[in-house]
Amino acid sequence: MTTIVRTEKLRVEYRSRELRQGTKVAVCGLDLEVQAGEVFGFLGPNGAGKTTTMNVLLGFVPPTRGAAYMFGIDVRQPIARQRIGYLPELTYYYKFLTAEELLRFYARIFGLTRAEMDRRIPALLKLVELEAAAKRPIKSYSKGMQQRVGLAQALINNPDLLIMDEPTSGLDPLGRMKVREIIQRLKNEGKTVFFSSHELGEVELVCDRVAIIHQGELKAIGSVAEIRGAYPNLEQAFLACIGYSRQSVS
Amino acid sequence: MKNILAVAGVVIKELYRRKDFYVLFIVTVLICLLMASVNIYNDAQIVRYLKEIALLLIWVCSLVIAVTTTARQIPAERENRTLQPLLAKPLKRGQLVLGKFLGCWLACGLTLICFYVFFGALAASREHHWQLLNDFQAGVLQWFMLGIVVAFALLGSLIFAAPSSNSTICFVLVGGILFVGRHLDQVALGLREPARTLAYALYFVIPHLELFDVRDLVIHNWPLVPWTYFGLALLYAVFYMAVFLLGACLVFRRQAVN
Repeated sequence: MTTIVRTEKLRVEYRSRELRQGTKVAVCGLDLEVQAGEVFGFLGPNGAGKTTTMNVLLGFVPPTRGAAYMFGIDVRQPIARQRIGYLPELTYYYKFLTAEELLRFYARIFGLTRAEMDRRIPALLKLVELEAAAKRPIKSYSKGMQQRVGLAQALINNPDLLIMDEPTSGLDPLGRMKVREIIQRLKNEGKTVFFSSHELGEVELVCDRVAIIHQGELKAIGSVAEIRGAYPNLEQAFLACIGYSRQSVS
Repeated sequence: MKNILAVAGVVIKELYRRKDFYVLFIVTVLICLLMASVNIYNDAQIVRYLKEIALLLIWVCSLVIAVTTTARQIPAERENRTLQPLLAKPLKRGQLVLGKFLGCWLACGLTLICFYVFFGALAASREHHWQLLNDFQAGVLQWFMLGIVVAFALLGSLIFAAPSSNSTICFVLVGGILFVGRHLDQVALGLREPARTLAYALYFVIPHLELFDVRDLVIHNWPLVPWTYFGLALLYAVFYMAVFLLGACLVFRRQAVN
């Protein structure tokens, strides 16, 4: 099987803004492998290091130590991002552009030809149900519509790997279903999906494998069934994994 | 190059969809038309005052547009979180910086075309002939001067996170160079060491924006700037643009985007 995403002893430190605090370790010695064609869920409580890991993969933050690769290319090389789509947790786009203009702009950056743009952009707008609003500036869109623009831009280059940071946060049930459908469709097309989420029920539904990260360290990795183990559901397994028990709260 | 052009295209779209330029252009037009309606000393032929005020307004307005447009580019991308989806594409950070520069510079060029067409028409309506080459030289030199300012403001926007502080610093420095830059060597003569060496060094290091100010030539209908000097001035501007852009690329390359 081909490894699409690989991190080797990845460590990310931030210099703390507060005095006497020194550095803060966001990710510590993370070894991760995501194989081609799988839907991989990246789980962890808030502040666990999920977004930081994604930021490293996307080249936003340089690793303090270790390395990360996508398609076998060091993530610091922009070419590593040629075959990926990225949907950030909070989607804000150029509000003075229309959805169509925004997609055309991103398509140009991916080097799509005019014919490809003319074919893909209407298809994507149809997929995210924004055909009617395609010529309206994004500033006039509702939050849900902006999320859908985000989804469309993440798919503009027909990516082999889709990275999504909490894609269903803030979405209504219909929007969540749409995201699930898209993930399923990409999986059927043999694409790889790597996403972080707090919606463990959803993760259980769509993921082939999951990794649980806590305080920057990898706590567990494996198929959903393996992680769930003897627990009744993924949520219980997740809580146990991060050292949380109902007794400790009570 | 296509990535740079794509980024530049978005910058230009932003400028013409915002109101800044239109407001400044309308204010300039109104002030100039008001001035044009005044008949100084009952002599309708005196147009120098009109040209001087119009050119001063064009200089001030174009500087305001150049600095405010450029200073907010990358900080606004950070603030609005549009930088992350953009850099998640196969776009090099250097390409983003160059695209932003090109967009802002071309936007300044478009602004100057509007201003100079209006200025030319206004002056021609009083003088009954259009000094096309003088206006061309003045416009192109001003555009290249704005290129230096845009590159400098872009570098500043990567160092100072807030667009307002960057704009203020840019205005102070550009104003300082325009008003004091040419006199720095004379100031240095009156200083003691090491301030003298420092002032001399500053004189040779700063971009002399005042070299691009040929308003007097246009106002008084003096002969054209020799084309060799004109070309050298453009090369001088290109050198400083390259220096500031290189600095911006190096600074941005090391910055974390989160």
